[in-house]
Amino acid sequence: MRNGLRRANLVKTKHSCAPPASKCRLFAGLRGAPPHVMGWREKRGRAEAGLASGGSIVQFDNVGLRYGTGAETLSDLSFSLQEGGFYFLTGPSGAGKTSLLRLLYLAQRPSRGLIRLFGEDIVTMPRRRLPGFRRRIGVVFQDFRLVPHLSAFDNVALPLRVAGVADRDLENPVKEMLAWVGLGHRASARPATLSGGEQQRVAIARAVIARPELLVADEPTGNVDPDMAKRLLHLFDSLNKLGTTIVVATHDLHLISSIGRAEMLRLDRGELLDPTGALRHPPRRPDA
Amino acid sequence: MKAGARKFGAADRRLLPEGRMAGPMPWVIAIMMFLTVLAAAAGLGLGSAAGNLTAGMASRLTVQVMAANPDRREAEAAAALAAAERLPGVARVHRLTQDEMQKLLEPWLGGGALDADLPIPAMIDVDLAPGGGDRVDTVRGAIAAAAPSARVDSNATWLAPLGRLIAALRWLAVALVLLMIGATAATVVLAARAALDTHRATIEVLHLMGATDLQVARLFQRRIALDALFGGLVGLAAAALVLVLLGSRAAALGSDLLGSVALPPLAWVLLIALPLLGVLLAMLVARTTILRALGRML
Repeated sequence: MRNGLRRANLVKTKHSCAPPASKCRLFAGLRGAPPHVMGWREKRGRAEAGLASGGSIVQFDNVGLRYGTGAETLSDLSFSLQEGGFYFLTGPSGAGKTSLLRLLYLAQRPSRGLIRLFGEDIVTMPRRRLPGFRRRIGVVFQDFRLVPHLSAFDNVALPLRVAGVADRDLENPVKEMLAWVGLGHRASARPATLSGGEQQRVAIARAVIARPELLVADEPTGNVDPDMAKRLLHLFDSLNKLGTTIVVATHDLHLISSIGRAEMLRLDRGELLDPTGALRHPPRRPDA
Repeated sequence: MKAGARKFGAADRRLLPEGRMAGPMPWVIAIMMFLTVLAAAAGLGLGSAAGNLTAGMASRLTVQVMAANPDRREAEAAAALAAAERLPGVARVHRLTQDEMQKLLEPWLGGGALDADLPIPAMIDVDLAPGGGDRVDTVRGAIAAAAPSARVDSNATWLAPLGRLIAALRWLAVALVLLMIGATAATVVLAARAALDTHRATIEVLHLMGATDLQVARLFQRRIALDALFGGLVGLAAAALVLVLLGSRAAALGSDLLGSVALPPLAWVLLIALPLLGVLLAMLVARTTILRALGRML
């Protein structure tokens, strides 16, 4: 299975970065991520991000979030996620999981505190620089948010099109990704004609197609059968082994136990349970 | 960033459903464009009519020798003719012939009116050279001296109120065109907002995938431009049909004044440019509206 994914990535890399080799290097020198073309990022990002923040891809410092004038939905969050880590975010309903994820995928700025993403302060970052950062993040929304009038193929192709990948270069990777989530035969189907589980798989394919540096998933296996859940988790696992940092919000304890090296973030009423302080000051990993 | 944005533009057709924007916007724009073209055509046509009036008629004086005695009338007419011809700044002097007088009076007096013993004044047209408006009094004086019974009418005297009326109508046409442009812009703002609402979920997804505001704006801009082009062309075609029909009716009347309302070729070029200006305006308004709305998102 992992071979299939690797092959897809090889194809992508070859297509997107091969013709003007100089262009790849050009982008590699820029900070703040221009449209990310798959492939070049790998060469650049890692070392740079690592240098900037000591191996952590996400850093929260006393972050609080309140909507309007109500009570704080999230308060005093301080943690850091290691680059290349695999994290499960758990907690009862209403604990603030989705709000925390929204902060992570830049749908929301915190009311207070400091957030560093890819080594840069995104709280005070000017708005015009945010799209470049968003392209480095893949998101599986709890409600999928597929574009209703686009086929499964076009939905999955969306992040690549946003990043400016030419149609002829995205056809193979998208098809392979659809095949991998078991929807190769439904490429031209509209979301409305897909079952809940199929829609969820399209949403996941869309989130991972551009090989994001950070993948954020909100209950990604809520609507699929256990077998497919395992398969999707395996996809996340493969991505993680290729270097993507993964954050999955879930209630599914079985899911959590299936990834041995994963760490857990437990939220309760907007606060992070971190009795040992390991999330705030994570021990250095031997391989990091 | 730029290279990516450009490619995105080429692939944008797949991001929103193809085809024109749902709703009545293209038709509203068609109606607006129809009225705008008609108003503009009225303005331009009146402009050319006013030009013809001043160029052809305002510099003309009409001399009527009204002596009742035919012999004296002849003598005075000849004297006035000679006096006018001698004056500097007079381009042409022409005494109306019997035939011309006949034609002039026919509608009022019927054919053969001149055969009767009806005293008809002798009429002389005096055309001043261009810019000779200030010589009217000189001509008047000279003719009065030569022919005591002559009455000198300057066409400019009775053309002035007509000219003022035409000028007022032209300003009205300009105001109508401006109002129509404003209304079209307002329509496009409403349509752009409606489109944003319809596609809000899609826009949010694109936004969270890292699409820039310009990428999203370009999607809508293009579609609204297509709608505006469609509406503009329909409106222009309808208006052109009306204008051509009116023109042929006016030509059938054979009237000099109405005939001069016909549009010069340059006016047609301007009218055809109107829908294109409309498309530009629509794109600009749509872009601004959408960029402002997107600016409110993080």
